Amino acid sequence: MLNKLFKFYGGVKPPSNKTQSVTLPIAPAPLPSRLVVPLHQSIGGTPRPVVEAGDKVLKGQLIGQADGWLSAAVHAPTSGTVVEVAMHIQPHPSGLDSLCVVIEPDGKDEWIARTPLDYAALTPEAVREHLQQAGVVGLGGAVFPTHGKLTASKTVPMDELVINGAECEPFITCDDLLMRERAEEVVRGIGVFRDLLQPKKVLIGIEDNKPEAAAAMRAAVDALGEPFLVIQIPTLYPAGGAKQLIRVLTGKEVPAAKRSTDLGVQCFNVATAYTAWRAIAHGEPVVSRLVTLTGNVHTPRNYEVLIGTPMSELLKLAQPHPDTDGIIMGGPMMGFLIPQADAPVVKATNCLIARSERLFPPKAPEMPCIRCGACARACPHELQPFELYWHARAKDFGKTQQYKIFDCIECGCCSYVCPSRIPLVQYFRFAKSEIWAREREKKAADEAKTRFEFKQFREEREKAEKAEKLAKAAAAQAAKKAAEAAAAAAGDAPGAASDVSSTKATAGPRTIETTAGPRTTEATADRTIDAAAEAKKAAIAAAMARAKAQREAAQPKNTDELSAQQAHDLAEIEARRQQAGIADAAASPATPTEAKTE
Amino acid sequence: MMFAPAPFLLKDTSVSQVMTQVCLALIPGIAAYIWLVGPAIVFQLAIASLAAIAAEAFMLKLRGKPLAMFLSDGSAIVTAWLIALTFPPLAPWWLVVTGTLFAILIAKHLYGGLGQNPFNPAMVAFAACIVSFPALMSQWPSIGLQMPLTDQLSVILGQLPRIDALSGATPLDSLKTALKLGDSQIDVAHLLANQDIYGNFAGRGWEWVAAGYLFGGLWLWQRKLITWHSPVAFLGAIVLLSGALWLYQPASFANPLFHLFSGGTMLGAFFIITDPVSGCTTPRGKLIFGFGAGLLAYVIRVFGGYPDGVAFAVLLMNLSAPLIDQLTQPRIFGMKGNQP
Repeated sequence: MLNKLFKFYGGVKPPSNKTQSVTLPIAPAPLPSRLVVPLHQSIGGTPRPVVEAGDKVLKGQLIGQADGWLSAAVHAPTSGTVVEVAMHIQPHPSGLDSLCVVIEPDGKDEWIARTPLDYAALTPEAVREHLQQAGVVGLGGAVFPTHGKLTASKTVPMDELVINGAECEPFITCDDLLMRERAEEVVRGIGVFRDLLQPKKVLIGIEDNKPEAAAAMRAAVDALGEPFLVIQIPTLYPAGGAKQLIRVLTGKEVPAAKRSTDLGVQCFNVATAYTAWRAIAHGEPVVSRLVTLTGNVHTPRNYEVLIGTPMSELLKLAQPHPDTDGIIMGGPMMGFLIPQADAPVVKATNCLIARSERLFPPKAPEMPCIRCGACARACPHELQPFELYWHARAKDFGKTQQYKIFDCIECGCCSYVCPSRIPLVQYFRFAKSEIWAREREKKAADEAKTRFEFKQFREEREKAEKAEKLAKAAAAQAAKKAAEAAAAAAGDAPGAASDVSSTKATAGPRTIETTAGPRTTEATADRTIDAAAEAKKAAIAAAMARAKAQREAAQPKNTDELSAQQAHDLAEIEARRQQAGIADAAASPATPTEAKTE
Repeated sequence: MMFAPAPFLLKDTSVSQVMTQVCLALIPGIAAYIWLVGPAIVFQLAIASLAAIAAEAFMLKLRGKPLAMFLSDGSAIVTAWLIALTFPPLAPWWLVVTGTLFAILIAKHLYGGLGQNPFNPAMVAFAACIVSFPALMSQWPSIGLQMPLTDQLSVILGQLPRIDALSGATPLDSLKTALKLGDSQIDVAHLLANQDIYGNFAGRGWEWVAAGYLFGGLWLWQRKLITWHSPVAFLGAIVLLSGALWLYQPASFANPLFHLFSGGTMLGAFFIITDPVSGCTTPRGKLIFGFGAGLLAYVIRVFGGYPDGVAFAVLLMNLSAPLIDQLTQPRIFGMKGNQP
């Protein structure tokens, strides 16, 4: 195991609190009374529901079809009946609802026909497709669809495949237990990733506070005869962050603006490798995951939990103490209090911590920053959190970007060490979301401006074309007149009289829109156009006039320096303008009449 | 706020803990001080602390800030102690109070209070007083003259006349004055041989006070409350400049060791320029800040008109700190080239 280890800057050593939940083996959680399976459980597009209320489903049956490339399918966690497809609370700090498939289990837990896959006989593309259809996503917490990470860069050779078994957050032990009990399947899953990415080395990083897991993984690697290196790394939060682990194991630093594959590295969580192997070797889509139940509970333990299990129901298994006042999803450094206890377990749920004042005493009041720099010495991305805080507080978002706010991974080290008890990470989340919101607004305004300018340009062009056409017609008419005059001089009177009557016949519909312009030349030019075309033109012109009236009511005046209210108004205007734009597009072939509708 | 945000675990630390540790780190120096000039300094520390707390409470009240929370942060006490330790130990009580009030009311709270002051309050107090009361600020007790405590207190309280004979200059000042007054035959080695004023390597007795500050400073560094950057750069600058001049003309310039352990060098290196609020915060910035302060301190103390140069050097560098910080932002993760 001679692999040089590197250090990352900063980091903190919070009390790990892991021993409580590793004494008991993994247990299957009993079937809950109801499963609420959110369709949006991974980064990317929201899967489309393919079942309806009343449908019977089997365990592992597809209920949400992946929407586009960056999306992963969602499956029924058990057999039963779909009660409804409706909005339901999410385990997300926003407390917002999203579309969920609610299933009432029938108690049989009956699987669909599962077909193992001989992945060696398939193209890499087909294997990736299979993983997407099996709903395999990153289970370390980011839930990025795994198939999307299994393509090596075309230009950079894949040097290292890093497998993340670090599990650096306090309290969480689900990866630890997974490696202890199911190391062989984890290693086989890593083998699949290796075959798809063809790296030169496979490095499995495990924090040195999990010797049992490391030993089990080593034994599995040896038993399977794989050349993977199982490496114990120093316990230092956040060593389990993908970028920190890559740094520790390879010495490479992945900047915020780059993908790790650009540097010849890719990183997967051990649990992801495990589910990938289950999907391939057993045909089982991801319908459950390991969840650590810990914190203010009587019996902390890891459970194999069906996706969609209500958290309040699940936590009861660990017997929370009566003074429990909330549930934290994830670890105490990066997790969040779930807004409602009946939120469902999702693929990102690695841990539920019963919260209590005893376990997490209330924060002391926030003091002013004394610029002591403790945060800067703790930041694993080597940022200057106190400077970022200063600018985020002043809402000087340009400056926060100058100080690289988007390199912040929100690991919480800065808040952890701050003697003034400033919730730094929260300021940074606020600044980031404000910047995103402003960029969206600016983009909308820019698009509106571009559309408006193009419309003006088009109208100018059409005016010019019309004028040119009229000039040509006038020239033709002048020539004709000259010819007629010559003919009249020759004594051909009845021909001239019929011309006059045809002008009268067409004059009716034309009066609708003829308000300006060189009338005499128009009237004479029109003689060359037949009556049917005239009627059509008139109808189009009327439509244009209506569209124009709508447009004028909705004309943007000044898109610079928008207030929130203005931006909101603008969005509404945009919607209307889009309708008008469709009318425009329909009318545009009949360009010559438009100039007259002004 | 509806939901307390992550992280839910917090390190056991607070501003008052930081300030308490700074005060603890001053104890070795204070102990040596008491041994040297007697318990008068404790009296001065108490006067300064009381004045600082009163001024702090008054300003917090005026600004509508929570009294208990800010009074217990300990920052006013640190300022008060630094003032008491930089002022002459037998200075009249009202001088110490004036300095302290100036520091807390003007240098600290008028700029926005804790964490907002661009200048080190203790150094502002020192500068203001030495400009306004140069004579009183230059009267240091002659070493070897053991005064009973009651007499010391009487001098401080102004009940005894301030007898000029009882008060001398600092060893640093004496050397400068002697060199300036003396003819060209006087050489530093001879002056330093005067065991009434000078000890083993610097001012007699004062060298041990400086050693106490050094010891406390190393403890702060070991506790990770300060980083090595500014003290090393500060002391390094003094050694470099004094060493170069000493090698060039040993007769007219004292050796580096003398300068390290004289005046406010050690107190400045570990307790003044390490003040995070008014100093630099980036590693390279701290190096520049410390080096600049060291150079200026030496130049002012050797060639300038004041007995010591640390206060003015620190204030001048405080002015430049925001700019230095801006120009020395460290490269962040992923921006250093990726070759291990």
